[in-house]
Amino acid sequence: MRNIWTIAKREYSQYFISPIAYAVAFLLLVVTGLVFVLTIMSISQNQSFTSDAPDTRAVTSLIAFLLMLFTPALTMRLIADEIRMGTMELLLTAPLRDYELVIGKWLGVFLFILTLIAITLIFPFMMNGMAKPGIDQVLMMSGYLGVILVAAALLSLGVGISAIFSNQIAAFFTTMALFIVLWWLIGAPANILPSGGEVFNYLSISSQLSSINNGSLSLSGVIYFLSLTALGLFVGSTAVEIRRWR
Amino acid sequence: MIRVTDLSKSYGSRLAVDSLNFEAKQGEILGFLGPNGAGKTTTMRILTGYMPPTSGTATIAGYDVVADSLEVRKRVGYLPETVPLYTDMTVYDYLKFMADLRHLPNADDRVTETLDQVGLLDRAEGYIGSLSKGMRQRVGLAQALLHKPEVLILDEPTIGLDPAQIIEVRKLIRDVGKERTVLLSTHILSEAQQICDRILIINKGKIVVEDTPENLQSKLAGAQRVQLRVRGEADELAGKISGLAGMQEVKVLSDGSIEFQFAPGKDLRPEVAKLTIEAKYDLLELRQINLSLEEIFLQLTREDLPAEEPEPEEEAE
Repeated sequence: MRNIWTIAKREYSQYFISPIAYAVAFLLLVVTGLVFVLTIMSISQNQSFTSDAPDTRAVTSLIAFLLMLFTPALTMRLIADEIRMGTMELLLTAPLRDYELVIGKWLGVFLFILTLIAITLIFPFMMNGMAKPGIDQVLMMSGYLGVILVAAALLSLGVGISAIFSNQIAAFFTTMALFIVLWWLIGAPANILPSGGEVFNYLSISSQLSSINNGSLSLSGVIYFLSLTALGLFVGSTAVEIRRWR
Repeated sequence: MIRVTDLSKSYGSRLAVDSLNFEAKQGEILGFLGPNGAGKTTTMRILTGYMPPTSGTATIAGYDVVADSLEVRKRVGYLPETVPLYTDMTVYDYLKFMADLRHLPNADDRVTETLDQVGLLDRAEGYIGSLSKGMRQRVGLAQALLHKPEVLILDEPTIGLDPAQIIEVRKLIRDVGKERTVLLSTHILSEAQQICDRILIINKGKIVVEDTPENLQSKLAGAQRVQLRVRGEADELAGKISGLAGMQEVKVLSDGSIEFQFAPGKDLRPEVAKLTIEAKYDLLELRQINLSLEEIFLQLTREDLPAEEPEPEEEAE
């Protein structure tokens, strides 16, 4: 546990000197801010202050989508770069278990993303202060929980793939391809098959996310994201171990 | 402290380490000598728990490198061949990170102490990326020394250093080696000669010879070779010398000095000196030529040399 924290701490602080991390933070906050402004404008033009409470679903689903786009760039270097720089030799000969290394790497980037997500919280809070009845608190919490779950899963898959490659670019495109499959393609058979298509819907990140984002938080949804997280970490640990035997 | 039994490692079909056997005691500096690709780095990587062997076993302080890998890694300080450093970290932060990974209780003190030991205290706040190659090497060494390991494994520790730094690092290794076990690899033979208590020459994954630097030299020198320098023409004298009983080979070198070789067991130098004086030559120099480790090394690792001869020696160990 202590080793995981040591690795995570170093990784977290590395992000604050990495240009990619700043680019990601900038894009995420700018785009979320723009959507927030548009939401405010549409509320004020509708003049329907007495009707439904303004919801934050647009913001949270957007954050989740952006995370899907940015994750490959954030995770590609995590382990691939250690292998390329030779520092992997240092970590693999330190008294550190392979899974501690992988979990530590994941935790570091996860904490970085959590920091960004926490910054975006100012948008719903401002919205809450502006709109008369306030925002829908349940929808907001459910939406943010969805964002956190999807971040955990995507980052873990990215770390796992980064452990397979010693080339960052290869890790980037493989992660991207996997996300495209999990986000859009895997749910497609559900619309074509006459029956039994639910399983594909269950496997699709976007459909799982949209149900959480719409406030229907289910145990199966949470388990889905946690399983993906575990899978990514398992693949990463195994890849590190296999590397030793080669 | 280190015990290696029948250790082999193959990469695909290529056998990098071929049933290696050796031991190192506490307080011993063992030199690992061999050409590139001889299997030095592979052996070290197995000993540090970086990769498992294909067959055979290795133990460090009684712990198996595969089964008790974590225990081994706690006790070993390792400086890999390409010093692994995070260039975007400061020297201090890097060592602090390594100290934390090793759960050192007084990490800050230890980092400062080690930095002082390798002479980098004034660069503690500098970024590793801005350091020279020699300084990086010393940061790597600091990382290996940080936890006062029982066993220190150094892969080419003086490579890329300038002469003054090489002397410093060698002194450091000797100091550390007084109470700890050091295994270092090098292909600078004089270095092994200076630092090591015992030398292990390895080629193509096999131990070619294992001995102390002194024994290695006398054993391999075989016949005694002596150089004689006199004033003036030496050809006539050379003829007289070759007439001595037990003399094997006499030749006049291009600089006018005479080099001769006689059978081991009988020292012919006094006879040669007497002869020279009697022949009314001015004797300038009479000197025994030691076969340099370079020559020994070349002899031993030459492919045409039969390899079976040295093998009984490693069994005797």
